[in-house]
Amino acid sequence: MSLRKLRLAPLLGVLAVALVPLAVRALLPGSEKYYLHLAVQILLWSFIYTAWSLMGRFGLTSLGHGAFTGIGAYTTVLLWNLLGLTPWLGIPLGVALATLVGLLVGYPCFRLRIAGHYFALLTLALTEFVRLCIVGLRDYTGGSLGTQPARYGSGISLYAVQFEPDRVLAYYIAFALWLVGLYVWLRVDRSMDRYALDAASQDEDAAASVGIDVTREKLKITALSAGMSALGGGMFVQYQMYIGPDTIAGLGLSLNIVFAAIAGGIGVLLGPTVGAVFTQALAEGLRVVIQGSETLKGLLGSSALSLDQLIYGLLLILFIIYMPKGILGSLLAWWQRRVR
Amino acid sequence: MDCQLDIFFLEAILNGVLLAGLLALLALGLNLIFGVIDVVWICYAELVMVGMYGINHAYKAGAPFLLAALIGIALVALAGAVLHLLVISPVLDTPPINQLLVTGGVLFFLQAAATMVFGIDFRNIGIRLGSVGLLDMSFATARIVTFVVALAAMLALWLFLRRTYLGTAIRAIAQDRQIMPLMGVDSRRLYLVTSAIGGALAGLAAALMVLQYDIYPQIGLQFGPLIFMICVLGGLGNMIGGFIAAFIISQFIAVGSSCFHTEWGYAVAFLFFMLAIFIRPQGLLGGKG
Repeated sequence: MSLRKLRLAPLLGVLAVALVPLAVRALLPGSEKYYLHLAVQILLWSFIYTAWSLMGRFGLTSLGHGAFTGIGAYTTVLLWNLLGLTPWLGIPLGVALATLVGLLVGYPCFRLRIAGHYFALLTLALTEFVRLCIVGLRDYTGGSLGTQPARYGSGISLYAVQFEPDRVLAYYIAFALWLVGLYVWLRVDRSMDRYALDAASQDEDAAASVGIDVTREKLKITALSAGMSALGGGMFVQYQMYIGPDTIAGLGLSLNIVFAAIAGGIGVLLGPTVGAVFTQALAEGLRVVIQGSETLKGLLGSSALSLDQLIYGLLLILFIIYMPKGILGSLLAWWQRRVR
Repeated sequence: MDCQLDIFFLEAILNGVLLAGLLALLALGLNLIFGVIDVVWICYAELVMVGMYGINHAYKAGAPFLLAALIGIALVALAGAVLHLLVISPVLDTPPINQLLVTGGVLFFLQAAATMVFGIDFRNIGIRLGSVGLLDMSFATARIVTFVVALAAMLALWLFLRRTYLGTAIRAIAQDRQIMPLMGVDSRRLYLVTSAIGGALAGLAAALMVLQYDIYPQIGLQFGPLIFMICVLGGLGNMIGGFIAAFIISQFIAVGSSCFHTEWGYAVAFLFFMLAIFIRPQGLLGGKG
C-alpha cells in the first residue's frame, strides 16, 4: 500500500459511513427503519465506548461510567420534564454535573494512588450510588420503571432536541456525535498528555520523577471521559425517548461499556466502534436466527432472549484470555506482522 | 417516615447485626480468594445464585433440606474449582484487571444461563421457620439461624487456617507467592483448593439465603456490589477487616432502611464507603494492597 492510498483511506471510510442511509434505502427498502435504528444505536454506543476507552487505555479501568451516562441522561430528562428547560441547556448541565462527579471521585483516588482492583471497585460503588439515587428519587425519576421525556409537538423539534421519528435525521446526528468522539480520541492520542499518561500507567513514580503531574493528567482524562459519557447518555435518551435505571445506569451497563470496548480493542481508534458493531450484531443476529428457525424457537422458547447474553459472556471470557487486544487490535497486529 | 429512638429502632439495629453475619460470610469467601490468589471474583454473588437454585431444586426433588444444602455447597465448591481451572488460571500472569474482567464475563454467562434454564420469575423454597419474639420486637428465625451458622463457619475456617497443615500452607502462600513454589509447594494445587473452599463458602451462604430470600437470576446484582464494598472497606484480603466492615455496612442499610426507603439505606452505605476509602485507602485494617 502506498502512502497516498493510506491517507485517503480514512476519508473514504467516513464517506462510506455517511452513505449508510442511502445504501440501506437502496438495498433494504422494506425494513429501512429497523436497520437505521440499529445503525443509530451502534453509533451512539460507539461514542460512549470511545469515551470510556479514553481513560481505559491508560489502565484506569473505571466501572463508574454507568454513573456518568446515567447522570447525563437523567439530568437532561428531569430538567426538561419538570422545569421545561430545553436539552440545549439540560445536556450541558448534565455533562457539567458528570464531569464534577468524575473530578470529585477522581481527585482523592489519584492523590491516594487508588488503582487496579481498588479503583475498579470504588468506581463500581459510584455506579451503584447513582443508580440507587435514581431509584430512590422515584417521585421524579419514575424509579425502577424509568421515565420518558415529554414529547414536544410532532416529536421532531430543534428546541426540544427530539428527532426520533425521522430515522435519517437521527442517523446523521448520531454520525456527527460519533465523528466528534473519534476526533477527541485522535486529539488525545496526538497530545503530550497521552505520553504522560502512558508513562504514568507503566510506572507512576518514574513518571512523577521526570516532572509529570500524574494526578493532574489523570484528572484531565477522567473529566473528559466522564463528560463525554454524560453527553452520550443525554443524546441516547433524546433518541430512545425512554430511560430506566438499568438501561442507562447501573453495574450491568458499566460492565457492558468496559466489555464492548475491550472486545473491539482499546488501544486503537476504531476499537470501541468495532466493539459496538460486534455486540449489536451478535444480539440482533442471534435474534434473527432464532426467530427464523422454528426448531430453535420451539427448543428455546422465551429463554432465547438470554441466549445472546450467554454467548456474549462466553465470548468475553475467551476474548480476555486469548485476544486481550480485542478484535481490531488483534487484526491490526496480525496485519503489521504480515506487511513486515 | 420518621426516625424515633424507640423499640423499633432497636429492632432495626439488631436486624442489622443479624444481616451482618450473612454479609461477613459472603465477604469471607471473596477475601480468602483475594488474599491467596490475588484475584477478585466479580461473579462471586452469581455463584451464590447458582447454589440457591441448586438447593431449591434438590429440596423440591425430595431431598431433606440439610442434604439439599450439602449438595448445593458441593456444587458451588465444584463451580469454584472449575472457574479457577478454566477461567482464572489462563490469565493469572496477565494484568490484574484482566482477572477481574474475565470473571465479569462469567457473571453475564451465569446470569443468562440461569434466566434460560429457570426463567425470570421469583422462586421461593417454601420453608417457613417463623419468628422469635423479644419484648415488642420480632426476629425471623431464619435470620438468627443464618447469623449463628455464619459465625460458626467463620470460626471453622479460622481454625482450619490456623490448625491444619493445608491451612498453614494456604496462609503461607498468601504471604509470599514467589517463595512457596521454591519450597517445593505445588501452588497450583493450593489455588485450586482455595477456590473450592471459596466456592463452598458461597454455597453455604446460598443455603442460608434460600431461607430468607426469593431466588431470581439477578439476585447477584443485589448482593454483589455490597460484598465488594465490604471487602474493600475491610482491606481486600483482610478477613478480620471484612468481618468488621460487614457490621458497619449492615447498620447503614438496616437503620437507613427503617428510617427512609430501602434504597436510601444502601445509597448512604455506598457514599460512606467512598468517603471512608478516601480517608483510609488501605481499608479499615490496613491489609496488603
